[in-house]
Amino acid sequence: MDLLNAVVALSNFVLIPAIAYGSQLALGALGVTLVYGILRFSNFAHGDTMAIGTMVTVLFTWWFQSMGLSLGPVPTALLALPFGIAGCALLLLGTDRLVYRFYRAQKANPVILVIVSMGVMFIYNGITRIVIGPDDQRFADGARFLISVGDFRKATGLEEGLAIRTTQAVTVVTAVIVVAALFWFLNRTRTGKSMRAFSDNEDLALLSGISPERVVTVTWLLVAGLATIAGVLYGLDKSFKPFTYFQLLLPIFAAAIVGGLGSPLGAIAGGFVIAFSEVTVTYAWKKVLGYLTPDGWEPDGLVQLLSTDYKFAVSFMILVVVLLFRPTGLFRGKSV
Amino acid sequence: MSESGTDYGGRGTRDASIVNPRGGGRLRAAHRTGGPAPQVADAPFLEGRAMTGGYGKGPDILHDCTVSVNAGEIAVIVGPNGAGKSTAMKAIFGMLDLREGAVILDGRDITALSPQDRVAAGMGFVPQTSNIFTSLSVEENLEMGAFIRRDDIRPTMEQVYDLFPILREKRRQMAGELSGGQRQQVAVGRALMTRPKVLMLDEPTAGVSPIVMDELFDRIIEVARTGLPVLMVEQNARQALEIADRGYVLVQGRNGFSGTGQELLADPEVRKSFLGG
Repeated sequence: MDLLNAVVALSNFVLIPAIAYGSQLALGALGVTLVYGILRFSNFAHGDTMAIGTMVTVLFTWWFQSMGLSLGPVPTALLALPFGIAGCALLLLGTDRLVYRFYRAQKANPVILVIVSMGVMFIYNGITRIVIGPDDQRFADGARFLISVGDFRKATGLEEGLAIRTTQAVTVVTAVIVVAALFWFLNRTRTGKSMRAFSDNEDLALLSGISPERVVTVTWLLVAGLATIAGVLYGLDKSFKPFTYFQLLLPIFAAAIVGGLGSPLGAIAGGFVIAFSEVTVTYAWKKVLGYLTPDGWEPDGLVQLLSTDYKFAVSFMILVVVLLFRPTGLFRGKSV
Repeated sequence: MSESGTDYGGRGTRDASIVNPRGGGRLRAAHRTGGPAPQVADAPFLEGRAMTGGYGKGPDILHDCTVSVNAGEIAVIVGPNGAGKSTAMKAIFGMLDLREGAVILDGRDITALSPQDRVAAGMGFVPQTSNIFTSLSVEENLEMGAFIRRDDIRPTMEQVYDLFPILREKRRQMAGELSGGQRQQVAVGRALMTRPKVLMLDEPTAGVSPIVMDELFDRIIEVARTGLPVLMVEQNARQALEIADRGYVLVQGRNGFSGTGQELLADPEVRKSFLGG
């Protein structure tokens, strides 16, 4: 039995990666939940919105890198992030003017907007592939580790190492700041309150003098910010590949629905539920169990419940179970 | 397109895991364009004059119907189910197409204004249902009521709290958690936040207990005493006429009887037909 080493191994391979991944999903799910709450449809283009925002950020990052700009140990991408958000915002507002506004003016049934968003998804998909190509792109730079395995071993004298990558630290810090700012905005500012009022009761909002077009514009701006930040953080942590971003749609929607669609707090909780489930189910527990069990009891197999190839099945299973047994989600969102 | 459920046989439109069926806009403004409001001399403070019209391209619901309220008075529209009481109210508020007739507010013809513009022009409207923001706190509801105002809203909010003391107590609570009577107080309070020139209530006592109803009527009288004219549609005809300065009995979209509340209460025909003897 070696509890300390077990905890360190668990943190290194499960807790820290899941917290980082959970933060990324939470930011993605917040964007989905905002569109659902205010524009009243599930935005299937969200994954590709993230891809486009990230693509713009990557292009700016490369440009900055070529000019020799850098933030020292912190990734240059953070410097390019505002430009990525601006690019994404322009695209979303343009799409709204050209596509969504037409249906809104007709008071189209939201299910029509769901299908429309699917069309938008294909267009975004194509734009990303034309501009940057379908391949994997790496754009992370700066210091690779905040704490490296070697340093940790040296400092603690433990057999197991623990590493915290810079990108993981950046992810968590950024997510905390963004979420705090978003909640402050929604609960404390006049515009934020008017967005919640619009989401609650569109007609009454209109009679109170709240301009729907303004609410929608602010929503798209927030979505652009959230999607780009989520995408860039994910890209820094892993890598930027357009198809992966399209696939992220499933865990992000699972997170939003698990938490309760339309509930921002739920989106965050849901993000972490999905991330922790995915990582724990696909992690090979052999090492941790080896530390926890008496000598000689160490399992022979990997004790990996599911191959990482099946990680999307985890989101899907959770989605099905939640919709069956608690369709309103953990935080009583608006679904069902 | 239309209410959820009518397109494509309603397939998929109620699946809340992909669409949000709640809180969506149903409000449709009449198809008119705004313009400068011409002055009209010699009219009551608010008057829907000889209104004829219906929803969209549908048949006429109102036929030459006139409803008005003078400054500082309470006017009540009563009548049997389906008589067009709420429709008359909506017509005055600009939510249906008038083929004939006009709406006059404070000497201005506002027939061409959209409902939102009428709010800005001084109409406070409390719809019959969905008249509060359930997921916002009581105080936020009042703040949203005053959204079009850019000046200090604190004094108005204090007035609303003085009028409805229970709201001050519950101001941090979500409006959706309140009882039916308290919700109606929030709804009326929200409408008062714009400092309207006239208050329009669509069945304010629908679905509340008799005791709460009496209290609400007391509050409405109190509002009217401050000089604010009140126009309301009521299902509880007898109680409403008792507090009314003017009463209108609508029958199939037409003016059936009108007069002061007491006159109508004393009228044998009105008693026999609408007040249960």
